[in-house]
Amino acid sequence: MKPGIWQRIGFYAIVIVIVTQAVFPFYYAILTSLEDGQALFEVNYLPKALNLTNYRAMLAEGVFGKQMLNSVFVASVVVVVSLFLAVTAAFALSRIRFRGRGLLLLTVLSVSMFPQIAVLSGLFEVIRFFGLFNSLWSLVFSYMIFTLPFTVWVLTTFMRNLPVEIEEAAIMDGASSLTIIRRVFLPLMWPAMVTTGLLAFIHAWNEFLFALTFTSTDSQRTVPVAIALVSGRSEFEIPWGNIMAASVIVTLPLVALVLIFQRRIVSGLTAGAVKG
Amino acid sequence: MAGKTAQSRLSRNRTRSAWLFLAPMLVTLFVVAAWPLGRTVWFSFTDASLDLISQARWVGIRNYLEWVDWGDGTGQYYGLLADPRWWRSVWNTVRFAVVSVSFETLFGLVIALVLNQSFRGRGLVRAAVLIPWAIPTIVSAKMWAWMMHDQFGILNDMFMRLGLISEPVAWTASPDTAMIAILIVDIWKTTPFMALLILAGLQMVPQDIYEAAKLDGVPPTRVFRKITLPLIMPAVLVAVVFRALDALRVFDIVYVLTPNTDATRTMSVYARENLFDFDQFAYGSAASTLLFLVIALITISFILATRMDLEGNTT
Repeated sequence: MKPGIWQRIGFYAIVIVIVTQAVFPFYYAILTSLEDGQALFEVNYLPKALNLTNYRAMLAEGVFGKQMLNSVFVASVVVVVSLFLAVTAAFALSRIRFRGRGLLLLTVLSVSMFPQIAVLSGLFEVIRFFGLFNSLWSLVFSYMIFTLPFTVWVLTTFMRNLPVEIEEAAIMDGASSLTIIRRVFLPLMWPAMVTTGLLAFIHAWNEFLFALTFTSTDSQRTVPVAIALVSGRSEFEIPWGNIMAASVIVTLPLVALVLIFQRRIVSGLTAGAVKG
Repeated sequence: MAGKTAQSRLSRNRTRSAWLFLAPMLVTLFVVAAWPLGRTVWFSFTDASLDLISQARWVGIRNYLEWVDWGDGTGQYYGLLADPRWWRSVWNTVRFAVVSVSFETLFGLVIALVLNQSFRGRGLVRAAVLIPWAIPTIVSAKMWAWMMHDQFGILNDMFMRLGLISEPVAWTASPDTAMIAILIVDIWKTTPFMALLILAGLQMVPQDIYEAAKLDGVPPTRVFRKITLPLIMPAVLVAVVFRALDALRVFDIVYVLTPNTDATRTMSVYARENLFDFDQFAYGSAASTLLFLVIALITISFILATRMDLEGNTT
């Protein structure tokens, strides 16, 4: 029995609504970023101008370039450090039987439920103690609180499902655990590591509360904080064109990543939740 | 026998190396999570201020509740639990969480059902749906702030053309609509996450059940209510809890979209504003501690209720 014509029309109508609502705000941000002067204050639904003034203004302002680099630096280092810590930990949690393993995993996982605000004042003290205030390292350090539990969890479940035989041969040959991780597991773990690495990158790239609190000068800000703090002298002088240009610049890399690695991201997002 | 001792030595070695491998991760998590949390709770019982954190002294539960006697037989309660602004932000947070998660579940379910059909261009639709999720929260707040601009915003223009409103609405500035504005942005931004989790649940439903139902001529709405919904309920529940925990600590959207209004101030915003803007470090820590308690309670009851399998013994 074929679905009737009205049913098909209804279905595609829903599809069109879903796609439009998802894409329109970003489309409109691009549209606005390409307008300048008076054009900005007319509501247009279709692109009218192709004016790169806003982009030039943002990039000519040296500090925005520096802030982009800050974001790239923080997110990349966070990915590398958390993957390193998580792979070694996941090896122990998945391949070695010892008492308290389940409780330990539960504790690690429960950290991901921590509201960031609950550790804010304590972390502020720790960061000042280490002299990291207003340094990018304070962000690399504090972001571990949300990247580590997730990466450890996903990598542990992934490693647990690899067959025992693959490391038995290596143990028989007398290889050390570190060699086993490097030679046996790493080559097999690329898919899981790409997925968790991507999610950690996106999370670190988007983070706001810590970045707002632990940095205090323009040159140390990451882009989300910079965008949030752009303001005009009055409500009527907010440079919306520049804000939209900056927004498009920070979002494009993410949208590209998501479109390229769609399947991996979806599997990573659901791995954390459904397998629990 | 020699073989046995050798094996137990091997396993002891492996246990020792397990802790060695775990140490860097555990130390990091301790310094970045456990210790700061403990300090936050401690600060909430002291008179700490931003500049004199290290000289904090114990003051008991004064930050939470204190009866100040005015000497003439009357007095007044002070502290967090007696602060109407705090209770207002608790109410805002709860209201925000309930409404946003409800709508996200509903829309997420619709999108997941659509994506679970096979039709031409499904891959493209799924990619499009992911876009709001990929956009940084701050950026989406700014994008919507511009769309909701009271004079030049496209949202007012759209609604006026459709005849839904007769005059421009100051979405973010007016106390009546500020919460709605926050909700719109949050629902737009996080529905994709919900949709993906529910979709994963839908894809685990075995296809032959549907075929059997079709052969028996069961109407689609009944199939959905009696078969699909009960089977995906666990996945939906997990997604709802994840999102609810997230919604209870909401900060970014509120901070950027509607700063400084009683209408939308949430618990996280209240805590941070006391910590760093009002120089009430101890008082802000007390608010953070209470927020943590609420979230911890929900998490623990969820884990107990679902009896999560963490050992992986079943596999």
